[in-house]
Amino acid sequence: MRQEGILQHTASRLLGLIPTLLVLITIAFFLIRMAPGGPFDGEKILPPEIRANLDVKYHLDEPLIKQYFRYLGQIITLDFGPSFQYKDWTVNELIARGFPVSLTIGGLAMLLAFFLGTLIGIVAAMRQNTAVDYSIMGVAMLGISIPNFVVAPLLILLVAVYAGWLPAGGWDWSAQRMVLPVITLALPAIAYIARLTRGSMIEVLHSNYIRTARAKGLPEYLVIRRHALKPALLPVISFMGPATAALITGSVVIERIYSIPGLGSYFVQGALNRDYTLVMGVVVFYGVIIILLNFIVDILYAWMNPRIRYNEAQ
Amino acid sequence: MALLEVTGLKVNFDTPEGGVQAVNGLDFSVHAGESLAIVGESGAGKSQAVMAIMGLLAENGSASGKAEFNGQDLMLMSRKELNKIRGCEIAMIFQDPMTSLNPFLTIEKQMVEVIRQHQNLRRDEARAHAVEMLRAVRIPAPEERVKQYPHEFSGGMRQRVMIAMGLLCEPGLLIADEPTTALDVTVQAQITQLVGELREKSNMSLILITHDLAVVAEICDRILVMYAGQLVETGSSEDIFYRPQHPYTQGLLASVPRMDQPVDDELHSIPGNPPNLLDLGSGCHFRERCNKAMDVCKDDPPLQVAQDGRMSRCFIDMANGEMVAGSTDSGEDSAEFAE
Amino acid sequence: MNNSVDIQAEDAFAAAMIEDDIRGRSLWVDAWHRLLKNRAAVISGIVMATMLLLVIVGPVVSPWEGDFTDWDNTSSPPSLETGHWFGTDSVGRDILVRTLEGGRISLLVGLVATLVSLAIGVSYGAVAGYYGGFTDRIMMRMVDIIYALPFMFFVILLMVVFGRHIVLIFVAIGAVNWLDMARIVRGQTLALKNTEFVEAARACGVDHNAIIRRHIIPNLLGVVMVYVTLTIPQIILVESFLSFLGLGVQEPMSSWGALVNDGAQDMESAPWTLIFPAAFLTVTLYCFNYIGDGMRDALDPKDRL
Repeated sequence: MRQEGILQHTASRLLGLIPTLLVLITIAFFLIRMAPGGPFDGEKILPPEIRANLDVKYHLDEPLIKQYFRYLGQIITLDFGPSFQYKDWTVNELIARGFPVSLTIGGLAMLLAFFLGTLIGIVAAMRQNTAVDYSIMGVAMLGISIPNFVVAPLLILLVAVYAGWLPAGGWDWSAQRMVLPVITLALPAIAYIARLTRGSMIEVLHSNYIRTARAKGLPEYLVIRRHALKPALLPVISFMGPATAALITGSVVIERIYSIPGLGSYFVQGALNRDYTLVMGVVVFYGVIIILLNFIVDILYAWMNPRIRYNEAQ
Repeated sequence: MALLEVTGLKVNFDTPEGGVQAVNGLDFSVHAGESLAIVGESGAGKSQAVMAIMGLLAENGSASGKAEFNGQDLMLMSRKELNKIRGCEIAMIFQDPMTSLNPFLTIEKQMVEVIRQHQNLRRDEARAHAVEMLRAVRIPAPEERVKQYPHEFSGGMRQRVMIAMGLLCEPGLLIADEPTTALDVTVQAQITQLVGELREKSNMSLILITHDLAVVAEICDRILVMYAGQLVETGSSEDIFYRPQHPYTQGLLASVPRMDQPVDDELHSIPGNPPNLLDLGSGCHFRERCNKAMDVCKDDPPLQVAQDGRMSRCFIDMANGEMVAGSTDSGEDSAEFAE
Repeated sequence: MNNSVDIQAEDAFAAAMIEDDIRGRSLWVDAWHRLLKNRAAVISGIVMATMLLLVIVGPVVSPWEGDFTDWDNTSSPPSLETGHWFGTDSVGRDILVRTLEGGRISLLVGLVATLVSLAIGVSYGAVAGYYGGFTDRIMMRMVDIIYALPFMFFVILLMVVFGRHIVLIFVAIGAVNWLDMARIVRGQTLALKNTEFVEAARACGVDHNAIIRRHIIPNLLGVVMVYVTLTIPQIILVESFLSFLGLGVQEPMSSWGALVNDGAQDMESAPWTLIFPAAFLTVTLYCFNYIGDGMRDALDPKDRL
């Protein structure tokens, strides 16, 4: 039975991406077309000839299948088309405007979630079943249970309005406007990662190879650092894929509440206004990011696991 | 003076179903250069006894008693002090080689860290030493193998690696907890032989825990038989094999199929099951399964100690096979286990 | 020894099956005892039961109706004198009643959408796991692909496309959420398929459907139950999310998410409009999570997380 090394693993995963992307684009395409009402319904009533012209211009008069393949072709050249809603902008430009903002917040939130979450989880695992452990896990449970659209207003109320330490929202790339949104976004992820790390670490600490490490006379901090850390963190790394997806979705609400001009808010507006191309563009864009990130996480996991990495075909 | 002297060792586990007394008052000693086998069924307490000595008990376990190694009591040592001895003066290898090595680290890393933890060698010197050790345990092409990961080794080879790792610092005592149980029979023989050879070369003491009497016969000087957390018999290998005193020992030996038995003879086994450690009760813990049990066995049997260190925890006198003086009996006395 | 059961088995298999049922029952009892020992889960269970009671009975016995606007008392803080124990919102509606009625919707959505997700997920997963081979690979490949899609975006799309009817919400969320359930059920089915008792059943000539019915499904119950208790809060959260964005249930129906959204807008002047629905929502999610955890520990103590 041939076993794959890391290169083959990567290649096969890469191939698997393509059908996923296709399905993504297709579903999004047909769904948004099924929405009652077209992109121009919200405007003032247009004379029929102008409507007809608009339809031709945006190819809305063509059969659906043709529009689909036209769109596919466009996507391959990374052209998401013009926005129906914001007349002077193309979707690419809108994405280029909104994405860096979302990326900053999302990226910072992810870093915070990973490092803080794993730290908390490891501490809880090492102090298993003590008061420290129970309180940490209780708070973590809270982090999972309070929706971010509850935390956000509360935080704003406490920190911005009552205490006045930080601004309540808005965006100007300054650090102080980033603090609250990043923390709010990261909170559930921190909690999940803490729980996951704790469970994983506890399991690892009960392994036979940890017992061997102790029997060799290693001090506990070395046992943890050298022997327990990597195996314990592997499931957490795996989780970063879906975690990122969650962060991206969470950003929709965060951007709303904190009035941040990121991609998520464009999406919601687009959905409500039947801006086909914008909605499609964002869905495809985010979809691609999620798929890519899952791919990277997958490869990272394989790389870190010697059983996969070093199994070149004999 | 003995290298390792254990007195009154008790190990207890705190479980949701209650307290489990895994080891109940164990005394034994190991001298420099000698090898002691601890045999018994699963659950007899053999592993837990040595885990307690090595400070490797699970969180819900607690131990009491004395374990003097070179005069120092291991049971009283702090983690830091114990770490100086573990891996260095006392080495331990475990039952399951498949999971006892860290799958994420190379063999080299796992071996070198032992050396550098206890000795002041440079990295390249340590690696050379590790390679030499791998060679000594007969791993082929050790210079390349040392850079590999555990999953690239077979079960038997992993156990050899474990042995090599244990011997890196030339310990005075090696504790082997059922090292061959998880291996194929042919591999078992190889490993056993290897351990025997290495021991002779270095005059290292060995505590071998096993339930396989064949392995014991090959390499052990003395045998300690445990049952339900207690010592029931001990003596030299020859004495135990040829003149077993305790009915349990006799039953164990009779259970081993013999080459000179007719092929279609039924296999012998000790009837019944090991006792429930949650609920031991008093008296001889073996009496339910003993074919020589008598009324008097409801009381705690005495631990008979002979001059030469021979011991038996039974009412049957070691010297003459009759009742220990002072007790009357009316029980059956089947001659099935003739000596 | 089952002397008390008269086994008139026509074949050894049926006898073994009955034995299995008896043994099976005591395992459930075991798990139940373990669950009861978990204080957090028990307390959560009591709280949830209370919540359920409040939500069902509350609006009926309350002197206020959800859509009654008390013009004398708009935006008034909680007080016993006005009779508005949780205060009122900007148009004078009683927050307590609104919160309880919102609870009805949120919990209902949680339950029904979970059932939808359960129905789809279990059947899909069981079929894939049981038939194995090519069928399994294709079906799981599809799950993988759909899994990679940005879930929330599709729910939003569905809501936008098809409108905000409540039944639709059940379906939309359930239809997007069944993937995890399918995966878990498939994994469990695969494991079960290879057990000795299924092998024995097949050796005795029992047909596929009977095997699925008698052996696979009862043994799936444990895993499914755990997952259901963990899915309900997830779904309540999704629905709240939607409501918060303005895509959830339509007026005059309200859910906790919508109430929080309303409350957030007035939070500086009338924080009670935010706090009470938020508290109810959070407590519900908190409790369900603990119950789910407790069930997982009870049914499979090895699986602690």
